[in-house]
Amino acid sequence: MTAPATNGDLPLLEVDGISKYFGTVIALQDISMGVRAGEVMCVLGDNGAGKSTLIKILSGVHQPDEGHYLIEGEKVRFASPRDALARGIATVYQDLAMIPLLSIWRNFFLGSEPTKGWGPLKRFDVGFAQQTSRDELWKMGIDVRDTAQPVGTLSGGERQSVAIARAVYFGAKVLILDEPTSALGVKQAGVVLRYIVQARARGLGVIFITHNPHHAYPVGDRFTLLNRGRSYGTFAKVELSREELVQMMAGGRELEELSHELDEFAQADADGASGAEAEALQRAAQELGDEAKGS
Amino acid sequence: MAVTDVAPGMRADERMRRAGLLRRLLNRPELGAAGGVVIVWVIFAVIAGDRGFLGTSGTASYLEVASELGILAVPVSLLMIAGEFDLSIGSIVGASGMAIALLDVQYHWPLWAAILAAVAFSLLIGFLNGLVVVKTRLPSFIVTLASLFIFRGVTIAVTRRITGRTELGGIDISSVRVLFAGHVDAYSASILWWLGIAVLATWVLLRTRVGNWIFGSGGAAEAARNIGVPVNRVKIGLFMTTAFAGCLLAIIDLVKFASADVLRGTQLEFQAIIAVVIGGTLLTGGYGSAVGAVFGALIFGMVQQGIVITGVDADWFQVFLGGMLILAVLVNSYIRRKAAEARR
Repeated sequence: MTAPATNGDLPLLEVDGISKYFGTVIALQDISMGVRAGEVMCVLGDNGAGKSTLIKILSGVHQPDEGHYLIEGEKVRFASPRDALARGIATVYQDLAMIPLLSIWRNFFLGSEPTKGWGPLKRFDVGFAQQTSRDELWKMGIDVRDTAQPVGTLSGGERQSVAIARAVYFGAKVLILDEPTSALGVKQAGVVLRYIVQARARGLGVIFITHNPHHAYPVGDRFTLLNRGRSYGTFAKVELSREELVQMMAGGRELEELSHELDEFAQADADGASGAEAEALQRAAQELGDEAKGS
Repeated sequence: MAVTDVAPGMRADERMRRAGLLRRLLNRPELGAAGGVVIVWVIFAVIAGDRGFLGTSGTASYLEVASELGILAVPVSLLMIAGEFDLSIGSIVGASGMAIALLDVQYHWPLWAAILAAVAFSLLIGFLNGLVVVKTRLPSFIVTLASLFIFRGVTIAVTRRITGRTELGGIDISSVRVLFAGHVDAYSASILWWLGIAVLATWVLLRTRVGNWIFGSGGAAEAARNIGVPVNRVKIGLFMTTAFAGCLLAIIDLVKFASADVLRGTQLEFQAIIAVVIGGTLLTGGYGSAVGAVFGALIFGMVQQGIVITGVDADWFQVFLGGMLILAVLVNSYIRRKAAEARR
């Protein structure tokens, strides 16, 4: 590995004041964020906050209508995901990372197959692919029994991790992870978070997109919060406690309103008998209230 | 590449067994069809062995039937692994054959020039099929069902307009007879074409980049596209391949009968799909094998000729075919469910 020639403060990837419109819908308005080498940038937002639009712009699927996209300080305009990939911007999509019925080694090299031979005899270097995929997964701490097994037989966390290992192997400088933990159980999410930290330790810039502040906080260095297509701003970890993050993220006010509503339901129910049910509702209201206050 | 250290993945081999069995099942889509070939052969060997099923002429006859279907089924298997159907190939067989006959008989083109023109014509049809499918994102089942009728209709209408007939004979095929309809002993040249295509298709599927792209395009087109697989190009190329296969079969039939018929190839599209599905390829794409399609076509040929040799009413052939299809789909979906269950 060569040392980065650029100034360490220069972000690997940066967007500056980008907006995206779909007809009359404002999907994103004036968003600025970036990620440096060896840093995890978390992008948080609820459904409809504009996370997917941002990912699609970053990964080259969409082009921004306003603002600039910079790679290592240089303005770029990607026509396709392939362009972004060529500049070292790799995106791991939530459900679309892997092809379930295909073996691990075929998945690992899909789209970038190593070849040997010449002319009409040019062929997929199967031995190299099998050996390399096994070695690379081992480096990420993934213990695959057999790279010929279909990816569908792996657990959700392992599948995301294979996708991450693949991106790292193919020279990604920036790794964009779209909700990698959202469909996973607690343990599996932990597995993926560990690989995120590992990717950072290998000097990658990681953009971790999630709606779960509890997953973001432990691994994130900086946090950008999106709400209804706009940005609340970017915060360094030292400026922000986990509780503040949770509160900003979930929209503390909305949670408080919800807890009031549930309180009223509980009250109404208590008047009309059904004791156990009312109690459960009251407890839920209490918990929501606590969360909104940030305890 | 020199292996300098022990492969790290080897460590956990105490867990190999369970995953190994599942993997073997999943990696061998053609396993069921190979078993089917053995069973069908044994059945007819027992009941029709003394009536010529086992002899050279019996073997050559079912191989010829199997080869003509297999020439279509093998390319169709690649297309179906890539997640698409081609129902138009039956019409392409009729249209290509008639195009050659018209150019040769009516317009006095040399036969080889007429054949080349028909090949180019079929590739164009395949290209159009593929282009419409990838551009409109309509199901290829519908798009090629439309072209099935369009090309059959055009073939009949144009032929009748020009010649007033639906069948055209009197073609001098002597220059290309050995290549397309020659025989070694009793075995027809089509068997060699079939096996050659099967070897090529298997090599492409399992040992080239394009093969990996075919699996990827059918397994999850969006995911494949996201990581840089040219899904549209793969699919258009495969539609051109199936159309070319239809044209090749048309040439073989034309040379064999020294005539062309507007209805030639009718229902071959369904028979090819049946052979592919019996061969273990999933209807939904992403999984399958070209070797399986070879076995599927072989079962088809043995049953069709076996029934004739046995002396059973040939009407029962279709009943058997439908039964085999259902059985094959059940086995396929069982395997696929097992793959999904294995997720923890």
